[in-house]
Amino acid sequence: MNNVILKVSQLKTYFFTRRGVVKAVDGVEFELRRGECLCLVGESGCGKTVTALSILRLFDSPPGKIVDGQISYDSLNLTKCSSKQMRKIRGKDIAIVFQEAQSALNPVLTIGDQITEQIKLHLSLDYNRTRDRAMTLLSEMGIPSAERVMSYYPHQLSGGMKQRVLIAMSLSCDPQILIADEPTTAVDVTIKAQILDIFRELKAKRQMSTIFITHDLAVVAEIGDRAVVMYGGKDVETAPVSEIISTPRHPYTIGLIDCLPDTSKSTGRLTSIPGTTPNPLEMPQGCTFHPRCPRVMKICSQQEPPETAISKEHKVSCYLYT
Amino acid sequence: MKHKVNHKLLQIRDLKKYYPVTAGIFSRHVGDIKAVDGVTFDISEGEIIGLVGESGCGKSTLGKTIPRLEEPTSGKILYRGTDVTGLDKKGLRELRREIQLIFQDPDASLDPRMTVGDSICEPLIIHNIGDEKKRMHRVADLMEQVGLESGQANLYPHEFSGGQKQRIGIARALAMNPRLIIADEPVSALDVSIQAQILNLMMDIQEKFGLAYLFIAHDLSVIRHMAHRVVIMYLGKIVELSNKKELFERPLHPYTEALLSAVPSFKHKDKDRILLRGDVPSPLNPPSGCHFHPRCHRVLPICSQVEPELAELSKGHFVSCHLYKSS
Repeated sequence: MNNVILKVSQLKTYFFTRRGVVKAVDGVEFELRRGECLCLVGESGCGKTVTALSILRLFDSPPGKIVDGQISYDSLNLTKCSSKQMRKIRGKDIAIVFQEAQSALNPVLTIGDQITEQIKLHLSLDYNRTRDRAMTLLSEMGIPSAERVMSYYPHQLSGGMKQRVLIAMSLSCDPQILIADEPTTAVDVTIKAQILDIFRELKAKRQMSTIFITHDLAVVAEIGDRAVVMYGGKDVETAPVSEIISTPRHPYTIGLIDCLPDTSKSTGRLTSIPGTTPNPLEMPQGCTFHPRCPRVMKICSQQEPPETAISKEHKVSCYLYT
Repeated sequence: MKHKVNHKLLQIRDLKKYYPVTAGIFSRHVGDIKAVDGVTFDISEGEIIGLVGESGCGKSTLGKTIPRLEEPTSGKILYRGTDVTGLDKKGLRELRREIQLIFQDPDASLDPRMTVGDSICEPLIIHNIGDEKKRMHRVADLMEQVGLESGQANLYPHEFSGGQKQRIGIARALAMNPRLIIADEPVSALDVSIQAQILNLMMDIQEKFGLAYLFIAHDLSVIRHMAHRVVIMYLGKIVELSNKKELFERPLHPYTEALLSAVPSFKHKDKDRILLRGDVPSPLNPPSGCHFHPRCHRVLPICSQVEPELAELSKGHFVSCHLYKSS
């Protein structure tokens, strides 16, 4: 299957802390197809960010370690690559945009320095062409007077601008895969709309294969092609976005959609998912969602549910469908 | 007539809060950041007002100025007819029993070295209410009201999840039997599944005690769920004020239109989106005329010259925009 550009299978990333083993990612499986926008959806602590960091091996090790699984990209298994190989892949083949633009930029270097750093490292262009490339990218991201912005420091830019700089930076070496970790979370609604528009354009113009991490299902509906819903370090449901929204199967996905207050209606009480997200040190036995599940059965607390295919594209891990 | 006046819990009249900007070794006054610049609106008993705007529009400053955590530069804040701005220390203390705040980050608003029971109890001690035994009962009672177990009073904040911490914040705010709660982005730091729980709790409490809320948020879907009336702010000024139904169905100000259309939603995926250009300008040097004109998609020549006034277009629906010159 040449259509699949990245395949993550049975990925397990654990953090070995003094208080115990945190199974942040515990058997996640998905594939990213060429030119699609795949959304990883879930609440804080569900392992979506660690999944992304595992792909680039950007977490601290120790305490973190990929204990099992494969990440196949371009005939390579990224979990087995040497750190030298990884350094070549990061930024050049697979790039990442972080959530907090403020802390992802170095406050004492100019924007120009930070964008060109990556280009110099991977592409060995001369000074002028490096600068040109950086400026073209900045203006592509809708930053007015890119030349002036090159000499700015991060604090001189607004939140939305910083986020654009980060996106420009991640694109600087024409990566094959772009991972975006909650790029719209810390910004205002109007800026959020602008950023989503940039991602939509990236897909249309560059056929970029994107892994988009978010907790916001409405954002998923806006830009995603397929979505992987994660809970407690596992993927619980994978399906095309339209199906996730019209016919969600996993009780968690159903709960997530129901508890959103919608601007198009205003009713009395919101349906909520009872309880809280589980403590990562004491993950529940069996299905990790069972203590909060409204349709829990006896078996759920005993055994981990297997993945069931509802259709060719729609997979769910829940005993309701086995 | 008098009865009607009493019905208003809070009346804010032309409230301004400027932060001076100084420069040089003599701290020369070079300008002002007009965080709140002439805001006027009322809150009735038991009413939920939603206050919406992007970061930097002055919504949090407004929330802090009402109980005078920030001193207003000018203008009037009338709480049940008395002007808050003229109150002395004792008067302020009385006022702050009636107006309580809930903050955005429950982590930062709880003292990590105090048990949550002590945190909830603290306002009771400060205001010298009851003896120790009565206070203990009150704390247990409050914790149960917000859906926690009274036995958890001896735990420290780090032993709670984010949603639970926000419940503690709510319990602490309720301790004084307030009439008005100012909630500054109370759910924006929480996960979606927890957000719904907290919003439901806040609705229940509001109904039970007949409280008024000033609910500050940037999330319009949350506001639509909670509020009776909505105030939209942009760079320190109110651009639109209306009851919820009308605002969401028939927004008048172009900024409100843009805000509404910017909300991602899976119900209307293919709607026409009004994409605003650029960012919110610096409040230190706001654009001339209507502050919104450089980003407005319906800008007129007059907008950059004359500042529009807030005018009542239909009953209870105020808008500040040149498009709607009262004829």
